[in-house]
Amino acid sequence: MDNGLLIIEEEARTALPIVNHQSSIINRLQLWSLKKSIWVFHVNTGACNNCDIEIVNLLTPKFDVERFGIKLVGSPRHADALLVTGVGTRQAAKRLQEVYRQTAKPCVVFCMGACACGTGIFEGAYHVAGPVDNIIRQVDPNAIIAYVPGCPPKPQAMIMGVVKTLSTLQPKEKYATERVGQTVVADPG
Amino acid sequence: MKEPLRKSVLAVGPFHPLQEEMEFFQLTVDGEKVTDINVRLSYNHRGIEKLSETLQFDQVPFLVSRVCGICSASHPLAYVQAVEEIAGVKPPERALYVRTIINELERIHSHLLWVGLGGHFIGYDTVFMWAWKYREPVLDLLEEITGNRNNYGNVKVGGCREDIPDELIPKINQELDVIEKKTEMLTKAVLDDPVLHARLKGVGVLKKEDAIKYAVVGPTARGSGIAIDVRRDDPYAAYADLDWKVISQPEGDVFAKAVVRLLETFESIKMVRQALAKLPKGPVAVDVKEIPPGEGCGHAEAPRGETFHYVRSDGGNRPVRHKIRAPSYVNVPSFKASCIGADIADVTLTLAAVDPCYSCTERIAVVDGHSAVIHDYEELLRLSREKTARIKKDIGTSPMKLEAF
Amino acid sequence: MQQNELDRQLSRIQDKLTGIDRKAANRVFLPCEAENVYEVCRFLFSELGLRFVISTGIDATGYFEVLHHFSNDESGCVVTVKVFICNRESPELDSITPLIPGAEWIEREMHDLLGITFRHHPNLQRLILADDWPEGVYPLRKEVQA
Repeated sequence: MDNGLLIIEEEARTALPIVNHQSSIINRLQLWSLKKSIWVFHVNTGACNNCDIEIVNLLTPKFDVERFGIKLVGSPRHADALLVTGVGTRQAAKRLQEVYRQTAKPCVVFCMGACACGTGIFEGAYHVAGPVDNIIRQVDPNAIIAYVPGCPPKPQAMIMGVVKTLSTLQPKEKYATERVGQTVVADPG
Repeated sequence: MKEPLRKSVLAVGPFHPLQEEMEFFQLTVDGEKVTDINVRLSYNHRGIEKLSETLQFDQVPFLVSRVCGICSASHPLAYVQAVEEIAGVKPPERALYVRTIINELERIHSHLLWVGLGGHFIGYDTVFMWAWKYREPVLDLLEEITGNRNNYGNVKVGGCREDIPDELIPKINQELDVIEKKTEMLTKAVLDDPVLHARLKGVGVLKKEDAIKYAVVGPTARGSGIAIDVRRDDPYAAYADLDWKVISQPEGDVFAKAVVRLLETFESIKMVRQALAKLPKGPVAVDVKEIPPGEGCGHAEAPRGETFHYVRSDGGNRPVRHKIRAPSYVNVPSFKASCIGADIADVTLTLAAVDPCYSCTERIAVVDGHSAVIHDYEELLRLSREKTARIKKDIGTSPMKLEAF
Repeated sequence: MQQNELDRQLSRIQDKLTGIDRKAANRVFLPCEAENVYEVCRFLFSELGLRFVISTGIDATGYFEVLHHFSNDESGCVVTVKVFICNRESPELDSITPLIPGAEWIEREMHDLLGITFRHHPNLQRLILADDWPEGVYPLRKEVQA
């Protein structure tokens, strides 16, 4: 077992991803395939860049997500998950929807950062069409969306968010710890 | 039969892995050379200036810190300076030094970030990993001082929100020693590498007269021989009390800009050391009760250049108008002058050399292309790296001398 | 140039200005009539060699204001040309982009956000608002709610 994961768990205590999905519709075998080696595609929908830089930080030696099998890919067609940052500006909204459509399903949409989770400090700004979950749900009401709050979320929190989400989606294993808190999952069956 | 040269359009953007914002440049090319560029912004536009008018003066720094993540100390500083001008407020001396320290630490990690990205674009991923690894201690330091790796929230009208605890000073100095050694090694590796010389010299040249016409700032200007720097020209914070130099290079190419950024990192390290040594005792803020009617201009030298804020007050609680001009707003259009006539393999690098921060400019480029996309970003990145590989082969390689992690 | 030289030079265009407002040694405001804006900017940019910083458009409710900010880097002085546009229905001003290519984007932005038309601008297209943003809605105008 990689000690790295345990350390991250400690440090990211305050980052509780909230996972919301209707798994009754999702094929459990497909979910199983999501569990290993996640390929992610990064989408910026109007962000200040901090979250984006922290995402790129994940590739660098200190955090090195490639050891968890998490890889940043250049096209949504190859991705299992979207790392979405930004408030979802008016201009970006359609492009985000287009990227979501192109992403192979099943996929998880990670809303990274306060802006993506709920427009953050830009609430009410005239050019904001977000938050991201509303934009995605317009094209897929059953989208799997995970939220990693923070401004920006620390890289440890992002990793924790991804890892916890994936264990939440696991059909058979127990995932829960008290820290997961508000996570909503369907009956693993 | 050889295909005749034809005008074709390359789209760079709107999403790609390492240039974080969405931007869409449409390049028109003739064979391998760029003949025209169109830029469409809008993806990143959030409407911050209007939002500012709904916030109170002391809430605005939190908003503008998020105009741009990597200039997140410079924007609030320029803003509070504008407001302090209106109110006739002078922050205490210790506050000026603390502001200087935070801003210079930001410059260090921003320049290292750029070096990493530049390396990535030309296929030197070791440089990328390496530079970004050595940014981390700076971010950790900033987190210890201000509570966050980015978006420090450290300035307010009248001074700073937090002090630097004296107990932290030896640790900061220690970390700076390590960072300085690593940056020295990186600089030497860059300056000594013949492949980098061949790859970066003469590429993306921005001539001095174009630099003036496009009103560029920061390392983009200083790399074209225009030695302007707000820290020296209109000193703010504690810069007038410190001993440092403005770095500039005349050639205007990507190499010159890289050298400017690397050497500036050393100047920043020097400045932080001096500021820590001379840190005066005392409070870090004065109380400001109200902002009278008036207008003020505040500018600060962000890592990318001059950040300019104009604020107007009517005596109420909120700004009546807040204009934010980030450095990339004037630097990015200069891409037109530096890219026309260039190889498409050099396009990503030339753009990166401007160190664009689109979120600063609140824009992202989108252009409605009329022709089919011939090369997407992945393709351009590949072309850039292939060019480096060709040069390596011609010159004869010896691996870049960077010590192991 | 040095500050005292700048002060001297500014008095050369006094006839094109409606005043010289020295808020501080390093902050000078030059209010002028709309028809003189190009000439004043040409003097500052081409003759005095000041650097163009940016422009600010303001909806001052009864009228519009356009501020062109310049910098005299040698003395750290920000010189701002201030123009009032009284026609609220169709505000227009001469563009300075033919003189200063660096002003192209900001004039397009002021056109998008305030609805000011810049005469002789080489490319006054939409820059910063979304493709589907409704025409005729100018977000920075006071009547548009934040």
